[in-house]
Amino acid sequence: MKAVHLTLVRLSLGLNMPVSLLWAVDVYGRVYSLSTRGQQWEQCRDAVLEFKRVTAVQQCCWGIACDHHIYLNVHSSDVPIRYQEETFENQRWNPMDNFSDHLLPSDRWQWSNITGLEHQPLDSFFLPSTNWEWEGDWYIDENFGGEPTEKEGWTYAIDFPATYTKDKKWNSCVRRRRWIRYRRYKATDTWAKIPSEGHSGPLPDPFNDISCGGWEISEEPRGRLSLWAVSLQGKVWFREGIHHHSPEGDGWEEVSLPGEVVQISCGPGDLVWAVLWEGQLIVREGITRDCPRGSSWVVVDSPNPEAGAIHVAVGDNVVWAVTKDNKIWYRRGINSYNPRGSGWIGMIGEMVMINVGLNDQVWGISCEDRAVYFRQGVTSSELSGKAWKAVNVPRDGDIRSHSSASSSSLHSAGCFFSGEVRAQSVMSEDSDTKNGPQRAVLEVGACPSSPPPDPPPVDPDAPKPRIPKVTSDSFISEMLSDRKVKREGPTTAVTAGPSIPEEEASLREADAKSPPLALVLSPSLSGGPGDPQWSNVDLEETQTHLAVGPAGVRGDTADTCSLSSVATYTLCQEEPYGADEHPLWAWVSGGGCGVDCHSQLNWFNSATALSSSVQSMSLSISPAQTAAWRKQIFEQLSERSKREMDNFKHYEQAIEQSQSVWVKKGAMQWWRDWKPHKWVDVRFALEQFSGPEGNQDGILFLYYNFNEEKKYLHAFINEVTILVPVLNDSKHTFAVYTAERTKQRWPIRLAAATELEMHDWLALLSVSCCDSRGIQGPPSKQALWSVTCKGDVFVCEPSPSLEACPYPTPCDQMFWHQVGGHLRLVECNSLGVVWGVGYDHTVWVYTGGYGGGFLQGLASSTDNIYTQTDVKCVYIYENQRWNPVTGYTNRGLPTDRYMWSDATGLQECTKANTKPPSPHWTWVADWAIDYGISGGTDREGWQYAADFPTSYHGHKTLKDFVRRRRWARKCKLTTTGPWQEVPPIPLSDVTIIPCGAQSIVEPIPLWAISNKGDVLCRLGVTLLTPAGTSWLHVGTDQPFKSISIGGANQVWAIARDGSAFYRGSVTAQSPSGDCWYHIPSPVRQKLQQVSVGRTSVYTVDQHGNLWFRQGLTPSCPQGSSWEHISNNVRKVSVGPLDQVWIIADKVQGSHSLSCGTVCHRLGVQPMEPKGQSWDYGIGGGWDHITVRGNSFEAPRVRMPSLTPSLTASLTDPLRTHPPRRPLSFRNTEENGNAVRC
Amino acid sequence: MADDKDVLRDVWFGRIPTCFTLYQDEITEREAEPFYLLLPRMSYLTLVTDKVKKHFLKVMKAEDIEEMWFDFEGTSLKWHYPIGLLFDLHASNTALPWSITVHFKNFPERDLLHCPSNSVIEAHFMSSIKEADALKHKSQVINDMQKKDHKQLWMGLQNVVLCSSDKFDQFWAMNRKLMEYPTEEGGFRYIPFRIYLTMSDRPFIQKLFRPISPDGHTHTLGDLLKEVYPVAIPNDDESKHYQVVIHGIEPLLETPLQWLSEHLSHPDNFLHISVIPAPSD
Repeated sequence: MKAVHLTLVRLSLGLNMPVSLLWAVDVYGRVYSLSTRGQQWEQCRDAVLEFKRVTAVQQCCWGIACDHHIYLNVHSSDVPIRYQEETFENQRWNPMDNFSDHLLPSDRWQWSNITGLEHQPLDSFFLPSTNWEWEGDWYIDENFGGEPTEKEGWTYAIDFPATYTKDKKWNSCVRRRRWIRYRRYKATDTWAKIPSEGHSGPLPDPFNDISCGGWEISEEPRGRLSLWAVSLQGKVWFREGIHHHSPEGDGWEEVSLPGEVVQISCGPGDLVWAVLWEGQLIVREGITRDCPRGSSWVVVDSPNPEAGAIHVAVGDNVVWAVTKDNKIWYRRGINSYNPRGSGWIGMIGEMVMINVGLNDQVWGISCEDRAVYFRQGVTSSELSGKAWKAVNVPRDGDIRSHSSASSSSLHSAGCFFSGEVRAQSVMSEDSDTKNGPQRAVLEVGACPSSPPPDPPPVDPDAPKPRIPKVTSDSFISEMLSDRKVKREGPTTAVTAGPSIPEEEASLREADAKSPPLALVLSPSLSGGPGDPQWSNVDLEETQTHLAVGPAGVRGDTADTCSLSSVATYTLCQEEPYGADEHPLWAWVSGGGCGVDCHSQLNWFNSATALSSSVQSMSLSISPAQTAAWRKQIFEQLSERSKREMDNFKHYEQAIEQSQSVWVKKGAMQWWRDWKPHKWVDVRFALEQFSGPEGNQDGILFLYYNFNEEKKYLHAFINEVTILVPVLNDSKHTFAVYTAERTKQRWPIRLAAATELEMHDWLALLSVSCCDSRGIQGPPSKQALWSVTCKGDVFVCEPSPSLEACPYPTPCDQMFWHQVGGHLRLVECNSLGVVWGVGYDHTVWVYTGGYGGGFLQGLASSTDNIYTQTDVKCVYIYENQRWNPVTGYTNRGLPTDRYMWSDATGLQECTKANTKPPSPHWTWVADWAIDYGISGGTDREGWQYAADFPTSYHGHKTLKDFVRRRRWARKCKLTTTGPWQEVPPIPLSDVTIIPCGAQSIVEPIPLWAISNKGDVLCRLGVTLLTPAGTSWLHVGTDQPFKSISIGGANQVWAIARDGSAFYRGSVTAQSPSGDCWYHIPSPVRQKLQQVSVGRTSVYTVDQHGNLWFRQGLTPSCPQGSSWEHISNNVRKVSVGPLDQVWIIADKVQGSHSLSCGTVCHRLGVQPMEPKGQSWDYGIGGGWDHITVRGNSFEAPRVRMPSLTPSLTASLTDPLRTHPPRRPLSFRNTEENGNAVRC
Repeated sequence: MADDKDVLRDVWFGRIPTCFTLYQDEITEREAEPFYLLLPRMSYLTLVTDKVKKHFLKVMKAEDIEEMWFDFEGTSLKWHYPIGLLFDLHASNTALPWSITVHFKNFPERDLLHCPSNSVIEAHFMSSIKEADALKHKSQVINDMQKKDHKQLWMGLQNVVLCSSDKFDQFWAMNRKLMEYPTEEGGFRYIPFRIYLTMSDRPFIQKLFRPISPDGHTHTLGDLLKEVYPVAIPNDDESKHYQVVIHGIEPLLETPLQWLSEHLSHPDNFLHISVIPAPSD
């Protein structure tokens, strides 16, 4: 079954890839983009100008147009780019005017910034450029540190500058208030011109090359980019101040150079290389977070001393170069410590340019056929890849512009190329004879934005058509090519470009006519030996044509045509848009194209290119799965089962399973129950047999030796409540819980010898457990979902009595089983819509399948399982102590912590010995200083403190004797599960209405918080399209962190300042509501998370207190006050029945303590929504739970005699009063937390 | 949001509640109680009726016993048709349990094949599979299989009667190979199907039929019937005269044939389609 599973997974891989774009410019300056999901080049119609070059990143694309100006195309997003402008209005009290704008002369301005140092009247704010617009007018901020102010928004103080309070006191002499106005970047999905102004006026000469990257250098400010540009005179400029709130940047800064640069390339990280006119390369050094421009250049020689470099392309860890003989070179030994690398390796293929995109994937334009090529097989372990493969898809305008196609050919394109280069921006109208084929190409290309002309007259005396002005790279390569090697000086060369003397131009024209065949088709260029991708040129054919070359060009067009198709791709001969329509590319940029070697792209086979089937594959369920016929079969089959089997279950089976017991045995290690606890070797066996009702049952046996005596321990499979994998870097262990062991906080912990063995056992046990409980197939819509701190996802099928009152199913008896995938949080509703968010904030929607991960065979569905990845950081700390002689050193006191440690300081963690969290994770980056740690850091990432362990701050004071800094290293996990990605906006929280929508088409309200704190409302979520269609951005004055929507569309959210907000007027008609109502947090508490059920509203604050909102009525949906319910709470989930479940922080069992435990509020009733006490379930490393799918109303039993003592007796006395103060748990056995937190 | 695999599972675990009664003319020592049993739809009568035989033998003398055979309302039941097919064809619209009469005498030589042992069933089953694969893959898959793989298919069928997920997995581990096809072709060469009519002298209709039309369209169940037995397709204006039943359900006519072949075929890899008169109310 494994094989079946795998093949199907592979088939569906391509579908859940977020869409991203590959950008390219053709030789006529038309800009195209190709979507990873698409199958044709889409022309960027918006570009009225022809472009020379483009450089793309994920969020935008920069380009140089033929007017030599730089243009920026920011991709539109559901979340707009908004910037909050603020200014403060200051007033002083005097006995005459009361508070007024009569300030003292020594005071600040009446309008100022927050510090009072800058004069900022409202009318001093201007839009940074015409690409921005104001969202509205100025308004007063009435939220002060999470608390609402009086109507006017004033805050009071004794004097400037001082601490302000929202209440006016007797000694309040000054007051101020904050005015806010938002501006929004409006020029999205269009080319916006960037003024070419340096900090000292307009730049002297136009731009010639551009490269964008550097977003990995630092994550703050977000969206920061490095943009490098080269001017025609060979100067290099760096664009300052590009980040999310300023996509255009501030201005150009010149970067000093050791020579004159022709081309530059900037990778996602700190790699920047450039090519000098003389053919050497230079490498930028000293690029850091604080200095993204770097500090100095180092020269690297050209790979080939005979032929200088003309082009370079860098990625994260790779450098590729092209020399002027069009050979390609790969630089060995590049890493962040050695950006220079160690040596060149010649690669197969000949290219005019190369671009390195995301994931170090490589794109090139071949000099042979001007097609875009993709380097196959580039992986982190094989960065140089395997082979070139042509991107072979049509352009969207191909059919339209196909009027004069028959006579044009690659052949003539060859002529065209060698001539075109010199003719850049020269309108040589009076050229001598031109032949037909050439003419056709030029004609098509010359007017990209106008409809194609009629078939050109094949007239040898016709005037030479207009030659496209943009030639981009070919310009440079020709400038540097053999004829121009001995360049006198930069200026002459530069001026030679735009204004070549006429004679020279025509000389080259002449040149171009005879040798083009040799240039384009000569066997020497037909590809490197041994590479099949390049050997599709039939040499013999070519040679015959070489013989007839010039004649063919001039006269026999049919002949040329056939030559071209032989030379380019025989594949395409029957295509309606044949070889003559073959696009000729000049530039390609993959910096925004999120592919890797596993991506399934439909770009390489033009046979299916125009079928739109792939594009129609939506994120939701594929059409075949929703088709009526399919539904009919499902319905009828289940009807049939009911009809033919349900009433006849008492009938005998035709043949009984033989009574044999099926046994699987193995050797394992067991964390023994008695002290001293340690791993001991045991024999382990699962005996399975048919249970009394035909379902499988079994017993687990664990045979061990105790004092030389053979003993065993057993567990009935139908009593196992959960199997928890606990992979860590040293052992492959899992924990088996029963209800009893959940109470004790002491599972059976077992370790298998290998990961494979562990997965075999887990899969088998998991199937047995599910079988014994009659659970199969996907989780029901009512299911409870939870996530452990390892990211494992579990579901529990609720029994109807789970929410019964007074006798609910005890929490520790709930049976949980695992679902594939890796998530940080999961949210669902009772209609079966389930969304998850990964550690890397990627958003996933549940596909309706089951299994994945290690679960195979019957425990896993064959379709609806997709690849899922997640990325997280591992942190270690570098600790130092100050001493008067040497300052801070890594020599601490003997009593100090390790100089490299974990957060607690107790565990030594060096860069070398720290491993990824489990074998499933692999490192994807190197160690880097983490500046984002709370408390702030200095420029080198250090945080200071008086001593270990205390609270740290970001600057050194006199009292500080120790310092630490945090290092982070990213690791990545790849698994499978019933999840599909919902690109592109990463989220930090999500919520789905817990009940409602009855029909299939009715939209289901779903709200989310982006990882940047934007509030979003999902449109188009229905049962059939659980992924929805798009986001609607809901404006807020500050970033938010948690959100929840209740059964009656009541939306509550928590802002980063810890206060709560209620969204007014959210209805089905107005899904995003109208405005936010500020709800103060409980006194001196910053709220952290909110959950809204049918009517109840619960929040958790940063100190683990659980709060209930009092006084909610239909007329006052905001309620009146917060009531404290419990402490020791990490997260809360309130369901559609107003049932309350939490993740409790520290729960005492009879054997040990567990952190992160699922708990159920008992005694919750309509008249008593706060409940009475907690019932404790599975725990030890649980991070998240959602009960918002469970709408099973339990049959109500009235038990007036119920006393609180009865309920309390369900739990032990210790638990009814959760510890007020965090217990010390350092010495408790780790068994309590099967999944270590 | 169910899964295609659930279809396979439902089909595999299909059972028909059956009541076996002894033919009235059989000679017994004392009255024979009827015998109730869940018959697997995917299996064959003679393969799963050992218990029935044992049950009735208890009340009969050994000398009165010849080869056991069955009828339903006077129609002899062919053991070499899958049980589900027999039920759909003859008893679709009758009350459950399915009432089958058991005979030990007067074997209807004209209607039925003898079934002296399970090896006969195995031979019949394997020849069906081979025929199906000849249609689907020019026999390439079945010929590539080893003897033990063949055995596994047969064991799988025998184990249909066991309510065990393992057996389902075991069978499909092998049967999967028979269900594969080159992606670019979009389906099998021909669909192995048989259409059974109650009102016909012909035992069944079987023709060469491709899952994809020459112009690249997916053939549906409706296309097949239009080609092979157009009478079964209701006209727009009249009421339905025939039911088209597979595994006790009536798939919509627009159901792709390839999908049906992959998911609703019997273990012998044939799609057995019953066309029966619609019940007149």
